[in-house]
Amino acid sequence: MRTLLRHRARTALAVLGVAVAAAMLLDMVMLSSGLRESFAQLLTSRGFQFRLAPRGTLPFDTEATIARGTSIAVRLAAHPDIEAVSPVLGSSLHMMSDGGAVTTFGLGVHPALQGDYTLERGKDIIGSEDIVANEDFLRLTGRAVGDTILLAAGYNPLLRAATGERRLVVRGKARFLYLSAAQPAVALELRTLQEMTGAAREDRVSLMMVQTRSGAEIDTLGAWIERVAPTVNAISTREALANVDQRLSYFRQIAFILGAVSLVVGFLLVTTLVTVSVNERAGEIAVLRAIGISRLHIVQQIVIEGIVISVLGATLGLALGLATARYLNTILSSFPGLPEAIDFFLFQPASVWRALGLLVGAGILAGIFPAWRAGSLAIAQTLREEAVA
Amino acid sequence: MSALISLRNVKRDYPMAGEAVHAVRGVTLEIDRGEYVAIVGPSGCGKSTLLNLIGAIDRPSDGTVMVGDRDLSRLGDRDATAFRLRTVGFVFQRFYLMPMLTAAENVQLPMSEARVPRAERDSRSLELLGYVGLDERTRHRPTELSGGEQQRVAIARALANRPPLLLADEPTGELDARTGAEIIALFQRVHADGTTLVIVTHDEELARTAQRTVHMRDGLVVDDTRDAGRGTRGAGGAA
Repeated sequence: MRTLLRHRARTALAVLGVAVAAAMLLDMVMLSSGLRESFAQLLTSRGFQFRLAPRGTLPFDTEATIARGTSIAVRLAAHPDIEAVSPVLGSSLHMMSDGGAVTTFGLGVHPALQGDYTLERGKDIIGSEDIVANEDFLRLTGRAVGDTILLAAGYNPLLRAATGERRLVVRGKARFLYLSAAQPAVALELRTLQEMTGAAREDRVSLMMVQTRSGAEIDTLGAWIERVAPTVNAISTREALANVDQRLSYFRQIAFILGAVSLVVGFLLVTTLVTVSVNERAGEIAVLRAIGISRLHIVQQIVIEGIVISVLGATLGLALGLATARYLNTILSSFPGLPEAIDFFLFQPASVWRALGLLVGAGILAGIFPAWRAGSLAIAQTLREEAVA
Repeated sequence: MSALISLRNVKRDYPMAGEAVHAVRGVTLEIDRGEYVAIVGPSGCGKSTLLNLIGAIDRPSDGTVMVGDRDLSRLGDRDATAFRLRTVGFVFQRFYLMPMLTAAENVQLPMSEARVPRAERDSRSLELLGYVGLDERTRHRPTELSGGEQQRVAIARALANRPPLLLADEPTGELDARTGAEIIALFQRVHADGTTLVIVTHDEELARTAQRTVHMRDGLVVDDTRDAGRGTRGAGGAA
């Protein structure tokens, strides 16, 4: 430690350099697994194991819908391995006001079965005239829980004419799990939205979420669902995650490469600093050996220097990495089209400790080369060179 | 007196710029226990190399170096380190104290390596610093000490594990005449207290205080004088 304190500024700069490398390594580790884990948490948080989308599409990827939703739901719910089926219809809605219309996303659901939102304040939907809205909707429209509003399923801005209008009461404030940040949204009874949009005639829904009983054979059940309802794709959570995995493989590769680069940079920084320090102190080290200090002791001292720099850098890097991850997460989470609940950088203690452990391990390795050099110094020759210098 | 140090036809060659430099070309020499020997000669004559061989910080290319009953040319690194720790004390021209340690901590270094208990280390370091006249400077760092004081600390460090043999390489080389004289007096005192002293020096004043003066030239001992007029004993390459 005293050796490091001898050159405070140099040591501080080295620690800072290692901290930056550690922060980057940490962020890359958090990024490489964060998005996937975050998706997994999101998909499994409400206990639905299947998402049924119109054949050939992914949930809410297109405006395609599934016809005869109720009959399909009833038939599926009769299966002994299926606990519940929650049909969902998504559609744009327009809130009529004096200045025109505010467009929002509307979700038609069965309130008792839905897994799309969590109620934050007020009451849930009880009747066909009730809605719950998110913070963005309430802010944008200036309305509050308890207000009655006029919503329309269609709006022609040129004629300022609305179709499928319905007077509805805001019963509560909700947080929608799968919607992107700053997207105004409301939820209402499925039947109400179907009537407003004209989808009632064919009983159309955009998506069905299926909850299975424990012990259900997912692959077999998925095949059965697609046989019973040939107009749908039964996407299990596992398949959805595999899909996400595939889409995120670039992320992971970049994160892995940048993480590895950070590790190498940290390693080289520590090696360079400790090597410079050893070279500067060659005379001192030779004298220590001359007065009987063992080679092992010298090697230990040098390795400890590397460890101290690495541990200090890793500790500082942990704070730095968490701060930058938080900042970057705020920016990336507002990316259009991504659910607000998704985190790009997820703090997973095991991964983080493993990454920082790897960096400290690299620091130990980094100290070994200069330590070996210090331990191998030819005492007489070094003293002679020092004397000449 | 019995011989503490015995060199037999010792040679030391160095490779330098692709050629072999014959630093010591075949020295035979015996130094008795309790002797005070000065090794003198022109620069590059092999004095320091000879001292390094006696102190086991270098190995001979040929010949044997015996200190007590140990053949230094056969010692492995661990044994050579233990030998340096317990049997010899080194004093260098440039003092080489550890700059981040206090005077007392510098003196304690070899004791710490020798696993001397802390309380004993503390008391002995203070005792040794008192011995070299630095009672008041025990907590000072080397940068806060004069050259002479630093060399005194180095001498105290060399005596830390009570070695029977003290080796010094140009110990007054960096000091002015007055400070050099103080160090010379200190060496005389160390010798008087029973330590065998071998000093490499250009300093005639220092060499004059030795009981015996070994003259070297071109890697050979050319003269070996025991007090003035006592004659020579052992000559490089002659044995």
